[in-house]
Order: sequence, then structure tokens, then C-alpha cells
Amino acid sequence: MELHFDQELAQLKERLLLMSSLTEQSVAQALKALVQRDAALAKKVDADDDALDRLQVEIDERCIRLLALRQPLARDLRLITMAMKISTDLERIGDQASGIARRASELSAEPELKPLVDIPRMGEICQRMIRDVLDAFVYAKPELARQVIQRDEDVDQLNKQLQRELTSFMIEDPGTITRALLLMRIARNLERIGDHATNIAEEVVYLYEARDIRHQHADRP
Amino acid sequence: MDKPNIQPVLQIRRLNFWYGAKQALFDVNLDIAANCTTALIGPSGCGKSTLLRCLNRMNDLNDAQRIEGTITMHGMDIRAPEVDVIELRKRVGMVFQKSNPFPKSIFENVAYGLRIQGAKKNHLEEKVEASLRRAALWEEVKDRLHDSALALSGGQQQRLCIARTIAVEPDVVLMDEPCSALDPTATAKIEELIQDLKRYYTIIIVTHNMQQATRCSDFTAFFYLGRLVEFDTTDNIFTNPANKQTEDYITGRFG
Ligand SMILES: Nc1ncnc2c1ncn2[C@@H]1O[C@H](COP(=O)(O)OP(=O)(O)OP(=O)(O)O)[C@@H](O)[C@H]1O
Ligand SMILES: [Mg+2]
Repeated sequence: MELHFDQELAQLKERLLLMSSLTEQSVAQALKALVQRDAALAKKVDADDDALDRLQVEIDERCIRLLALRQPLARDLRLITMAMKISTDLERIGDQASGIARRASELSAEPELKPLVDIPRMGEICQRMIRDVLDAFVYAKPELARQVIQRDEDVDQLNKQLQRELTSFMIEDPGTITRALLLMRIARNLERIGDHATNIAEEVVYLYEARDIRHQHADRP
Repeated sequence: MDKPNIQPVLQIRRLNFWYGAKQALFDVNLDIAANCTTALIGPSGCGKSTLLRCLNRMNDLNDAQRIEGTITMHGMDIRAPEVDVIELRKRVGMVFQKSNPFPKSIFENVAYGLRIQGAKKNHLEEKVEASLRRAALWEEVKDRLHDSALALSGGQQQRLCIARTIAVEPDVVLMDEPCSALDPTATAKIEELIQDLKRYYTIIIVTHNMQQATRCSDFTAFFYLGRLVEFDTTDNIFTNPANKQTEDYITGRFG
């Protein structure tokens, strides 16, 4: 039976998808601003963060309204409480993207330290994680969420590698310290983004696989 | 709240029930845990009231009805020929959907069962007060115990019926949609009461209100077409039911 409530839940999922695509876009643009040394673009990313904050508030209010008025149970209840958690993680990813943008803008005023390879790679993995984890949630694909969790290890690995590499830059030439520190922080921002995407992924796996495990016992009297 | 740790008061085994040719219950197996509240839920006609009535043998009233299987209470077969039905109904009391006080005083309503048991006068007053207190009605009626029970509000009448039922110290209290005629305030009072009462009694409640089941029960049994589809802790049933029919029913998507 299709209910009005089902439409409201579909709208909630749409808002979450919108929020995640905006978040993904912020991460992409922050990295573009970094690579292309574009201070204006960096400023725009920072300013766009307000839109994400507003969207998070809107999604939360939507969820609270549904909880109060529809008194959802079972899968509906899980979906709505997860939506609240997901919007929180997305908002924090947005904060990390702003952090990257601010650092990118500072770096654009300095001479280039080295051509950036690993940071854009980390960025790409993170964007893909955000996209996949939301698909996993909306379309009930826990296996996709599992892949997201695995990819977080690549992000962590790249971050460690970058921290080592940038430390050796600083040791060799103290003149690079300011720039190297900014890049290290950017790598940390990306690593945090991976963590938030992983948080969401773990919730999604639990949401759907706890059920599947239980379903195997469904015939028991 | 783990199922195995709690002593069952009632054990229902392979229970089948027919109204004439129509079978209303099919192979029901269910344990009712002591000092817990068990909610029976399911679409209209699935056999909830029928099951409740089996538990205090209210179904015996009609010849066309047939029952198979066993129901034991503390290990004793409640359908054994030597069981005194009146005694059984005292131990397994029932509160109905529509409150049904006798057209007598508030006091007499509660004293009724006690008098039949032969309670002495002093003792009677004590017991009436204690029962009204347990039913959370004492403060509202203590100054008019001898007024007619029919002058009480619907919610008060329902609490009076609960006081009447518990006055004779039953083990089990059956409630068939006890709040369906009550407003939210009166409903909230009964729900609070149910939670207080399970310290003393085992409660089985039939309800069509899912939120009510979540608020006041420890275990929930979902019935469909006379069969027990799923039984689990109320937590599990309402957050993560194992069966799709259960989930569709409690989320309002059934049928
Ligand atoms: N006295 C009766 N004679 C014949 N059939 C009956 C009788 N009482 C109930 N039934 C039938 O038995 C089935 C179960 O009825 P029951 O009253 O137990 O359902 P229920 O789950 O309590 O429904 P509701 O939620 O509407 O109260 C139904 O199909 C009903 O029509
Ligand atoms: Mg009924």
C-alpha cells in the first residue's frame, strides 16, 4: 500500500541526496581551488557552506516533524533517525571542505611547493565515497557501503604517506614549513571526510544487514 | 529483556479454536512471562479476543465452540475437568473495551468480588481502598465512595473496572482494547497504570494502537488470520521485526 507518508519519506531521501551532492561539489571545488590556485573559487566554497548548514537544519526539522506527526515505527523509524545522523555527517564534511578552501586560498598567495598528486587522488576517493554511501543508503545496497568502508583505508594510507613526505620537506628546507603545514592540514581534512563517509557507511550496513541476518530466522515460530 | 529468563505464567501449546465450522485460531504456541505486559496485535478478526477468552475460559459459554491444545497456568491445565471456572476467572481477571461498572456505588463495584469471597467488613474497606489506590483512582473518588459508579467519567469507569478486577488479587489481568473509548489523558493514565500494575500482576493487552503497545508492553505477539506470525520483545518488534507481514502491519502498509 502506497501512503502519503511514503511520499514524505521519498522527499526526505531527495533532500538528503541534494545535500550530499552539494557536499560532494564543495569537496570537488575546494580541491579545484587548491590545484588551480584560485582564491576566488576558494572563497565561494567557504560561502556555500552556509547553504549546507541551512539544509542540515531543514532536514533535521523535517525529521522531527515526521517523528512527531507520523510516529514512525520499524523501518520508517530507522530510516528517519539515520537521515538525521547522515545530515550531521554531511554537514561536517562540508565544514572540512571549507577548511580545505580556506587553506587553498592561503596557499594561492605562496609559491608552489610541488605539483600536487596525492591530495587530488585522496579528494577523488573521498568524493566517490560520499556519492556511493548515499546511493547505498537510498537504494538499500549494503555491499556498496562495505566498499566505502574499505576505501577509507586507502585514504588513511595516502594521508600517512603525505604526512611523512611533507615532514621531510620541512626538515630539508625550513622555508617550506608554512606551506607544508597547510598541505598537511588539508590531507587531515580529507582524512576526516573519509571518516565521516565511513560513519555513514557503517550505519547503512547495520541498517540493512542487521535485517538480513534476522530475516534468515524469519521462519522460526 | 531476554525471553528465556522470565518464568512463564501461562503456556499455550498447539492451541486451535473453532466457532462452529470456522476455525479462528491455528496452532498457537505462546508463553506469557510473569510480571510483564504482553501485547496482542493484529488486524481485525485475527483472533486476539478469541485467544484472550480462551485464557479464562469465557469461550466455554457456547456449545458450538471447540478447542484443542493445552493452556497451562503455573503448570496446571486450565481446561482440566476439576478446574473451577469461577476460581479460574478470579485468577485470570478481564477488563473489557467498554467499561462496564455495575449500576451500584463505587464502593460496591470494587467490594463485589470480595463479598463473594466472604471478606469481613473491616477487611473489605481496607481492600477496596487498596484496590482503588492501585488503580490510581482513590484520590478522585475517596469522598464519594457511595455515589453511583455510573456518574464517573469514561476513563474513571475504566479504572474502576480495573480496581474491581484486581481487588480479588488475580495472577493475570486480561485487557481487551481497554482504552479504545478513552481520550488521550484518560488513555495516558491507564497506560501508566498498566506499567505500575505489572509489579503485581501479569498483563495481557489487546490493542489496535501501535504506540500504545510500544509504550506499555514488554513483549508483543502479532497475529494474522488466526496464526501467531511473530512474537518477540516489544523493542524488537517495533524497531526491527523479523517478518515482513509484521513490519507492514505496524507501519500501516498492510494489505
Ligand atoms: N461468537 C462468534 N461466532 C462465530 N465467529 C466468531 C465469533 N467471535 C468471533 N468470531 C470470528 O472469529 C474470528 C476471530 O475473531 P476475534 O473476535 O477473536 O478477532 P479480533 O482479533 O479480536 O478482532 P477485533 O480486532 O476486530 O476485535 C473472526 O473471523 C470472527 O468473525
Ligand atoms: Mg477483539
